[in-house]
Amino acid sequence: MFRYVLKRLVLMIPVILVTSLLIYFAMSLTGGDPAVFLAPENATDAQIQQIRVDLGLTDSFPVRYLKYMAGMLHGDLGTSYVTKRDVFRTFIERLPNTMQLAGASVLIATLIALPLGIYTAIHENTWKDTLGMIFALFGVSMPNFWLGLMLIIVFSLKLKWFPSGGKSGPLSLVLPALTVGLGLAALITRTTRSSMLDVIRQDYIRTARAKGCSEKRVIRRHALPNALIPIITVIGMQLSNVMTGSVLAESVFSWPGIGRLIFESISKRDTPMVTGSIIMCSILMVLINLLVDIVYAFFDPRIKAQYTHKG
Amino acid sequence: MEAVKKQEEQALKSRTLLQETWRRLLKNKGAVVGMVFLLCLIAAAVLSGFIFDYDTQVIGQNIKERLQWPSREHIFGTDELGRDIFIRLLYGARYSLVIGCGSVFIGLVIGVIFGALAGFYGGVIDQVVMRINDMLYAVPNIMIAVVVVSLLGTSTFNLLLALCVTCATGFVRITRAAVMTIRGQEYVESAYAMGLPTWKVIAKHIIPNCLSPIIVQVTLLIGTTIINASSLSFLGIGVPSPAPEWGAMLSSGRSQIRNAPYICVIPGLAIMFTVLALNLLGDGLRDALDPKLKK
Repeated sequence: MFRYVLKRLVLMIPVILVTSLLIYFAMSLTGGDPAVFLAPENATDAQIQQIRVDLGLTDSFPVRYLKYMAGMLHGDLGTSYVTKRDVFRTFIERLPNTMQLAGASVLIATLIALPLGIYTAIHENTWKDTLGMIFALFGVSMPNFWLGLMLIIVFSLKLKWFPSGGKSGPLSLVLPALTVGLGLAALITRTTRSSMLDVIRQDYIRTARAKGCSEKRVIRRHALPNALIPIITVIGMQLSNVMTGSVLAESVFSWPGIGRLIFESISKRDTPMVTGSIIMCSILMVLINLLVDIVYAFFDPRIKAQYTHKG
Repeated sequence: MEAVKKQEEQALKSRTLLQETWRRLLKNKGAVVGMVFLLCLIAAAVLSGFIFDYDTQVIGQNIKERLQWPSREHIFGTDELGRDIFIRLLYGARYSLVIGCGSVFIGLVIGVIFGALAGFYGGVIDQVVMRINDMLYAVPNIMIAVVVVSLLGTSTFNLLLALCVTCATGFVRITRAAVMTIRGQEYVESAYAMGLPTWKVIAKHIIPNCLSPIIVQVTLLIGTTIINASSLSFLGIGVPSPAPEWGAMLSSGRSQIRNAPYICVIPGLAIMFTVLALNLLGDGLRDALDPKLKK
């Protein structure tokens, strides 16, 4: 297991390098001339040229990229054009807000979806099943930014229970987290149900019942662990959607997270902020995906064995 | 009597897999409802181009009639620029449908090929494919869209491109996982023992057996992609205004959410019902295609 994790960690390095190279390359093509942005209104050509030299923009692209990556190792991703603040520090300041939102959403989603998915699978083809599936169908089909707006209309403008935006205490987290979490819950419910149904039809479940296991034990001990693998895959696959969902929810609820940071920076054409934030997001997602794979291997010994066998 | 029975049996046997699937699909009420809704939507998307005049009725402003609540004259009301929401909604269907189906289809072809290769061969091929996939997968799709759109500019086609990358990564993962579990099954071994070449084993025995997760993914994904497309338009980096894309319509209604919430509510419902129809159809297809679930 340790070797597997180590191997994955080493394999992560080229992934991060190439990802950041691509993003840096694409963003440097789109950013326009930063010197013009930074120069005062009435700057002469010579002054602009001087800024270019100061920023290292006269270097060739590979040199600039290497300098950028070297800076990244020290937590230096440059300075924002607009706020003149350190990009890395701004990102790190905003990160906990997004993590909070994403974490709360995944928590809400799992708490709703796992029991509901198992419940509907056990009661397959009854009205309970139908009801659960209708909930899930609507949840999957709803655009979550729209759900957010509906929640605002109902719970904030009409009932005035929760604030409609900003970050002010735990109450303000409720609506954004529900916005992201409900859609996710619907998806996990569907997966849990279909995965449980797949497993319940297997021979070993019949064997377990035949040897006299209680229904509870059949579900908990024999069915659920085997059904969990696709469920974990789906949760893992959805983490990048949680990120996307958070970006949208942040935009709907003015939540001061990374998503808002990136979109504010785009509208202000703040290239270093956008580049830095997107690269940092990607690294974060690579790390999270690695974590998902480790959990995956942990739950499915077959996969673990495959890796230890080869590596 | 005997002859009739035999004939019936013959008729039963001679149904192809496709006919059999179609027959089972029609038995599923949800799938039929979804299909009918989607057909109406396609009709609306196609016909609205002939019925309505784009410049005057779809994007033409009419400030005198702005912010009218739904009435007999404007069944879904008018928006902040006095445009009829119903007409814009019908016209907007084509954006969602084209972007949703287009990017999923491109993503499907790319994803299944690479996923099957990675899952089947393992080793170096697997490593290379999966690392590239990880790389694309690592960047949340909204970020890919940001990069693509800021590189190429905002347009419907660029949005489609940005979204198909996301679709492909999902298909690679799912196909690979399915192929990996199927690779070791006895029927694959026996196909080899019969002397089939590798590509035939993959195409005839492995891919059909992982179709069920792929189909589930396709149907969910067309819906998700429609949602993603409208999300990006909502954020202002999707279909450029004043085109009546549903997400963009919703976004423009945000400023009026206090006194005219219907501007936000209605396009959202349109997105939801379209995606709902797709999901119903997809679920029906899955049940119809998967004999394992047949009772």
